[in-house]
Amino acid sequence: MSATNEVITSGSYIKHHLQNLTYGQFPDGHWGLAHTVSEAKEMGFWAFHLDTLGVSFLLGALFLIFFYRVGKKMTVDTPSGVQNFIESVVDFINENVRGSFNGQNPMVAPLALTTFIWIVLMNTMDLVPVDWLPYVAQQIGVWFGADPHHVFFKVVPTTDPNATLGMSIGIFILIIYYSIKEKGVGGFAAELTFHPFGKMMLPFNLFLEGVNLIAKPVSLALRLFGNMYAGEMIFILIALLPFWVQWSLSLPWAIFHILIVLLQAFIFMTLVIVYMDMAHQKEH
Amino acid sequence: MNINLTMFGQLIMFAMFTWFCMKFVWPPIVMAMEQRKKRIESGLLAAERGRSEQEEAQVKAQEMINQSKDQAAEIIANATRQASNMVEDAKDVALKEVGKVKAQVQAQLEQDTSHVRNELKNQVSDLVMQGVSAVLDKEVDAKVHQQMLGKLSQSLS
Repeated sequence: MSATNEVITSGSYIKHHLQNLTYGQFPDGHWGLAHTVSEAKEMGFWAFHLDTLGVSFLLGALFLIFFYRVGKKMTVDTPSGVQNFIESVVDFINENVRGSFNGQNPMVAPLALTTFIWIVLMNTMDLVPVDWLPYVAQQIGVWFGADPHHVFFKVVPTTDPNATLGMSIGIFILIIYYSIKEKGVGGFAAELTFHPFGKMMLPFNLFLEGVNLIAKPVSLALRLFGNMYAGEMIFILIALLPFWVQWSLSLPWAIFHILIVLLQAFIFMTLVIVYMDMAHQKEH
Repeated sequence: MNINLTMFGQLIMFAMFTWFCMKFVWPPIVMAMEQRKKRIESGLLAAERGRSEQEEAQVKAQEMINQSKDQAAEIIANATRQASNMVEDAKDVALKEVGKVKAQVQAQLEQDTSHVRNELKNQVSDLVMQGVSAVLDKEVDAKVHQQMLGKLSQSLS
């Protein structure tokens, strides 16, 4: 999808689709947009993926504004259609929290709601045909005078490991915070060291429990990222086929992907609830 | 696919969204749902109470109906008894009256009869006397026979 006359190979098409719109620090010290894949790579850690941040912010804001407005107009008597929808979502979250979370913390249910809806929305961007939004972004880029071939736009935030890691690190911080708050520093330390093999095997215990602890955010982030990245990849590959067969593959895959979109969001939310529950458990 | 500052941007965004959700989105929704739950519960309770009250009232009404039925039966029985008494009394009174009237009439009748008889007797005796005197006018001296005639009239009466 390029406005220039450059020949687009399958490889470059895929690479172009998988590159984020990156704003960061160039090796020479100045900040700016990366124009090529290698430029983005050179920026290293000191860079932002504007597309990931922008799309996820828009979706999160959309979710919150929508729910906020409906929440403000909540009636006790006869709920309208939208309110019914919101209530069924809230009920669904509440049921899950009640089922898995045994502690007392008014933050867990809203956290689960935010996690679930936000991830569903971010994942759903995968169902928008792969070229539409990047094309729109390219046109906007051209309007601002950029070379269309150098305007990257990766629509699905959850196919960016930064997004999923950012969320799971948030969860990780909460796990540690509530573990210490509920069990005390000593209790948390004891949980990490005196278990599962008793005091004599302390270093081994620490190693096991440490891996266990670190694995939580890492697996949380990589599971979501991996699933969405693979799904997106298949959409991109289908988009490489001749246009007259595309629908016969992209349609079934999209339908199947709806399942993955919801399932991954649900798994993420459920694990967040379970981890919060584990952090609140005093008896081990 | 580089790991970079985006991660922290996302983390901050996540924290902000969760905070906003917890502060402004979640409470009103859950509160309204909770309120509705309570309202439905109290409504169901009230309905249950109303039903039991209605049942009680029905039982009470049935009792009252039975009571008034008994009362009505009693009243009717009393009235019947009273009526028959009154009829009996009236009969008695009437019979007495009839007896009295009968006796009166009889007395009157007897009186009249005797009166008439006396009269008749007198008239007959007069007639006889006239006839006899007419027959005996010449032969019998009134003064002589006065005694005999007096005896005769006396025996006739």
